[in-house]
Amino acid sequence: MKIHEYQAKGLFREAGIPCPEGHLVTSSAAIDELAAKLTPGIWVVKSQIHAGGRGKGRITMAGVDTGGGVRVTKGPEAAIAAARSMLGGTLVTLQTGKAGKQVNRVLVEAGVDIASEFYLAAIIDRETARVAIMASTEGGTEIEEVARTTPEKIHTVRIDPLLGYRSYHGRSLGLKLGFQGDVLKQFDTLVSNLYTLFVGKDCSLAEINPLVLTSQDQLVAIDGKLNFDDNGLYRQGALVALRDVAEEEPLEVEAAEFQLNYIKLDGNIGCLVNGAGLAMATMDIIKAFGGEPANFLDVGGTATPENVARSFRIMLRDKVAGIFVNVFGGIVRCDVVARGLVEALGEVQLEIPLVVRLEGNRKDEAVALLAESGLPIITAENMKDGAMKIVSACQAGN
Amino acid sequence: MAILLREDSKIVVQGITGGAGRFHTSLMVEFGTKVVAGVTPGKGGQDFEGVPIFDSVVQACDATGANVSIIFVPARFAAESILEAADAGIELVVCITEGVPAIDMAKVKSHLARTGTLLIGPNTPGILAPALRCKVGIMPDMIFSPGRIGVISRSGTLTYEAVDQLTRLGLGQSTCIGIGGDPVIGLAFLELLELFEADPDTDGVVLIGEIGGNQEEVAARYIKEHMSKPVAAFIAGKTAPPGKRMGHAGAIISGGKGTAADKVAALEAAGIKVALTPSDIGDTMLAALEEKRNG
Repeated sequence: MKIHEYQAKGLFREAGIPCPEGHLVTSSAAIDELAAKLTPGIWVVKSQIHAGGRGKGRITMAGVDTGGGVRVTKGPEAAIAAARSMLGGTLVTLQTGKAGKQVNRVLVEAGVDIASEFYLAAIIDRETARVAIMASTEGGTEIEEVARTTPEKIHTVRIDPLLGYRSYHGRSLGLKLGFQGDVLKQFDTLVSNLYTLFVGKDCSLAEINPLVLTSQDQLVAIDGKLNFDDNGLYRQGALVALRDVAEEEPLEVEAAEFQLNYIKLDGNIGCLVNGAGLAMATMDIIKAFGGEPANFLDVGGTATPENVARSFRIMLRDKVAGIFVNVFGGIVRCDVVARGLVEALGEVQLEIPLVVRLEGNRKDEAVALLAESGLPIITAENMKDGAMKIVSACQAGN
Repeated sequence: MAILLREDSKIVVQGITGGAGRFHTSLMVEFGTKVVAGVTPGKGGQDFEGVPIFDSVVQACDATGANVSIIFVPARFAAESILEAADAGIELVVCITEGVPAIDMAKVKSHLARTGTLLIGPNTPGILAPALRCKVGIMPDMIFSPGRIGVISRSGTLTYEAVDQLTRLGLGQSTCIGIGGDPVIGLAFLELLELFEADPDTDGVVLIGEIGGNQEEVAARYIKEHMSKPVAAFIAGKTAPPGKRMGHAGAIISGGKGTAADKVAALEAAGIKVALTPSDIGDTMLAALEEKRNG
């Protein structure tokens, strides 16, 4: 699960990580009230959407470009004007796709007197199964870029979660960043707080970028990101309330309600598969034969007739040009899946090509069932055969 | 004969009275697996189809000599069940449960490093050794056949796809292991490759990876430097968009790392044959064995 920057900063503050004074506005009336709250000085006005690249992104309102997704303004009046030109607009960044995202929330944040910028993040290191804290002097730039060009500038400590954070972890990182005296102590406390937040809230990523050292020698989190481990959400009731469904793909939200793993992609060939690995491989093989997958869809190891029918409805609403059903029957029997297919197709008038590949447990019965149904199903011998057939059927239809 | 499992592997099922526990215990027993005990706190003294149920793993071990555990408990209890098994002296734990928080698994792994317990999973279809008639998992046993190929995989249905092809090509399997689709897991490709390399009854290995993490790259390095047996690989997720969790919690490209292209490149650079599609996994293994034979 992802949350907005202003929500992450709320959790940072709760955890004792200093952030600049900020005001969130979600309505024109709330923007009016800002005049009484903002003091003279620099204000940074930031669109709140989940996608990254906001600073370089552009906002349009009624077809008119109103400026960037993040703007530094001088004085309350300019800040208020910037907020007005963002709220309700559509922000297009490198990560949003062409359609962009509507800006429903704007954060107006006090400017900070920056002396130097750093990077600080916590993740779970898969290889060592420890919490890795990474820090760098290259704050404000994408850490992937730093990792590619100057990996020696990223410093890492790995913490055994059974032992937890110890002061020397933070101190050793702080020394690498060149901190000393009171700033080093501040940094130790800040890393400790970030670690506690990361573990306590089941984060998959807790990132502060940039972490700023002000001219007054104070460490402040200027921008930050928190992502959460979905597997931990069952014990994070307060976090679930922070979810912004408007930022998610509607069909994905609907599919998730039925425990279907569905991810919408840009292509036009729908895929219905059992198992995540096979589902990924099915997308790959469609692409390998010149087609474009419309989705990732794992109906689960136990593909029930109900879930097969639901999956069909979702793909048809996504207006796919054809559907490839690829099921390896193990514990789940192919004839049960075939019956689900026949049922699902009884409800809808299918006007697009459907290729079905069933392999494994009770395959012959399944193939017979499909043949008897008289439905216009193209059967496939194996995955490769199925992928070729659906790609050529979709191309013929265009 | 196999890796991880032996003739004397005796299995205790943690969560034997739940839906999945009951269903798969029956199938494991039917296949020939020596299921000697079940554990469900509060149901000690009862039995499931003749398998005695205990209140704790320690009791189950004392009474039956169980040395391998399989876990079907709900996600919120899974980490504790692994710890209970480890502290009871179980040698090998297979955690089928999906949805265990990653931080819990990190803590569990830290503890297992002290007890020396081997862990497979979580979020795995388990282990199957055809010649031993031993299945500690949920795999459809009818597609397997005894033989000399090892299979290790991060995905369930892709494993079945591969095993089905191997069986049809006359390539039976020594041991098949699903290592699990989560970011933090027990034994990974590296440790299992080491076991297969040392196993006198395995001639070659099929390795099925996917996006996320870097254990395929680590495996490639090991194979190149230390492995004498041929390996055939497949990597899923070439078309997966970055930043999205593709079904498995561990199948995510983050920060530009863990892409299928990187993994395929690392494997090929190490001289490993990588199947283009899942339909080619069996043939790729056959070709790798052939190449080895011709030296």
